[in-house]
Amino acid sequence: MKILVAIKRVVDFNVKIRVKPDRSGVDVADAKMSMNPFDEIAVEEAVRLKEAGTASEIVVVSCGVAQCQEVLRTALALGADRAILVQSDEELQPLAVAKLLKALVDRERPQLVILGKQAIDDDSNQTGQMLAALAGMPQATFASKLDIADGRATVVREVDGGLETIAVTLPAVVTTDLRLNEPRYVKLPNIMKAKSKPLAVFSTAELGVDVAPRLETISVSEPARRSAGVRLPDVKTLVEKLKLEAKVL
Amino acid sequence: MAILVLAEHDNRTLHPATLNAVAAAQRIGGDVHLLVAGHGAGAVAGAAARVSGVARVLHADAPQLADALAENLAAQVLAVAGRYGHILAPATATGKNVLPRVAATLDVAQISEIVAVLDADTFQRPIYAGNALATVRSADAVKVATVRMTAFDPVAPEGGHASVESIPAAADAGLSRFVSRETTRLERPELTSARIVVSGGRGLGSGGNFAELLEPLADKLGAALGASRAAVDAGYVPNDYQIGQTGKIVAPQLYIAVGISGAIQHLAGMKDAKVIVAINKDPEAPIFSVADYGLVGDLFTLVPELVAALG
Ligand SMILES: Cc1cc2nc3c(=O)[nH]c(=O)nc-3n(C[C@H](O)[C@H](O)[C@H](O)COP(=O)(O)OP(=O)(O)OC[C@H]3O[C@@H](n4cnc5c(N)ncnc54)[C@H](O)[C@@H]3O)c2cc1C
Ligand SMILES: Nc1ncnc2c1ncn2[C@@H]1O[C@H](COP(=O)(O)O)[C@@H](O)[C@H]1O
Repeated sequence: MKILVAIKRVVDFNVKIRVKPDRSGVDVADAKMSMNPFDEIAVEEAVRLKEAGTASEIVVVSCGVAQCQEVLRTALALGADRAILVQSDEELQPLAVAKLLKALVDRERPQLVILGKQAIDDDSNQTGQMLAALAGMPQATFASKLDIADGRATVVREVDGGLETIAVTLPAVVTTDLRLNEPRYVKLPNIMKAKSKPLAVFSTAELGVDVAPRLETISVSEPARRSAGVRLPDVKTLVEKLKLEAKVL
Repeated sequence: MAILVLAEHDNRTLHPATLNAVAAAQRIGGDVHLLVAGHGAGAVAGAAARVSGVARVLHADAPQLADALAENLAAQVLAVAGRYGHILAPATATGKNVLPRVAATLDVAQISEIVAVLDADTFQRPIYAGNALATVRSADAVKVATVRMTAFDPVAPEGGHASVESIPAAADAGLSRFVSRETTRLERPELTSARIVVSGGRGLGSGGNFAELLEPLADKLGAALGASRAAVDAGYVPNDYQIGQTGKIVAPQLYIAVGISGAIQHLAGMKDAKVIVAINKDPEAPIFSVADYGLVGDLFTLVPELVAALG
């Protein structure tokens, strides 16, 4: 079974971003960039499926600027077999990424596509669902457990009321939630080995996808800031404040 | 053109998140229709028809719609999509699961978690864990969006007199099957609509401590219980307690954070609470930078004291 994993290069989760003074966007010029954390979980799950003998090949894909090669190399060092960069300097919105991934699904014919549930920069939580729709595949989003057997994926999903289990026929799209697994760290020797693994580069035109953005960003502003309040000496004062000042009790 | 809102429900009751989504639809302007897709969900359709400001309810009822499977529910929305210029759903697990599928099939963008409607084409949405607000305009023929519940005051659940139209159910796509559900028992108010939320983090140290310390406090206050990701990952509480960028978004009147450091991913889910209280032994914890009232000290003594002081 071949698995395709989509990984996005994003501003590291530890970075506190700043809005540009002219409100044109978020200043990420010098920010540390990393693999989207949910995509690390996606890569880890694929590697575990390969280690278990369920998967035979792992192909990782990233869409974006040339530097996305870095996250692809990381994924190769974690155990992916080959990488594809869909290189573009344009803004790629989820629908465009889903179309690019659909074009690659048509070429690669994977039995399983794993994505993160959400990119922590745009917080869209869409791409996997969109890809599933375009590829005519079932989807199992927000996965916290994945079992593959008999041409089906049985997936425990994190939903609002707790957990839900569904079974989907393969090929299918799965998106990862935080509790699916705990990703391993990259080992230094594997980083060296990953350098010789194949990495193919496509343009969006080669894949025949129109990636023009559908949403125009008019401005990006800073949300209303909360200011720090007061430190209270004891519980008694807190209860008084909540009753008399804040009037929430 | 009319606006379609996908109703959130469990085949028995209409989920209040629907009322927030209807409120967002009203901001856009135009007749608001609610789609109730389910199985044996007649009572939900009835409740939907009484929601203030709803002009029409579309009701599709069939076994394949019982469990909100994405493939079947998306097909149901798509079956009526042609009549609408806007399609909205509350940003619940179901809404987030289904609407992108609808949007992609229509070849339009989806706008996630809108927090403001500026006009029929222009919306505001948070990005980067709520550290920035993007104003985006859609050029697509149909606007598909999920609605962040906390950003829109709900419309009244009663007072409307919508007509209920039965519509044919979309066929079973046959791609997915519901197996089982493990729901967290809810003896408390629901997290996303609770007036008071008591929330615990890694500082609690164990599931036993979490229950022993925070349940009495929540009981006293009639509060919902929430948690940080660290508390969920450590298994203190079920996954659906998680508040934050990638969990639930809450905006209660009062949020009490106990043993939570205040990582940006956590703040993303609760910083719109009216009043925030933090209890933490580390005076440098970032949670204090957003807290209206802070108590620096050991939660194992402060929380029982607080329970006692509440009488
Ligand atoms: C992709 C991604 C998504 C994430 N999504 C979320 C999310 O949705 N929600 C979320 O919450 N987090 C999320 N996180 C995790 C987040 O970054 C933090 O790791 C997490 O919020 C920390 O939880 P915590 O505050 O409980 O734990 P810690 O940061 O370990 O803080 C524990 C606190 O308890 C205090 N404490 C300890 N003992 C006591 C005591 N006896 N008395 C008083 N105080 C005490 C400590 O001083 C400390 O401040 C996400 C992270 C990533 C990478
Ligand atoms: N530019 C991209 N390149 C590769 N994968 C992506 C890209 N954008 C999004 N994805 C995948 O889609 C998931 C969800 O992203 P989003 O819908 O933007 O929140 C991510 O976790 C990735 O797995």
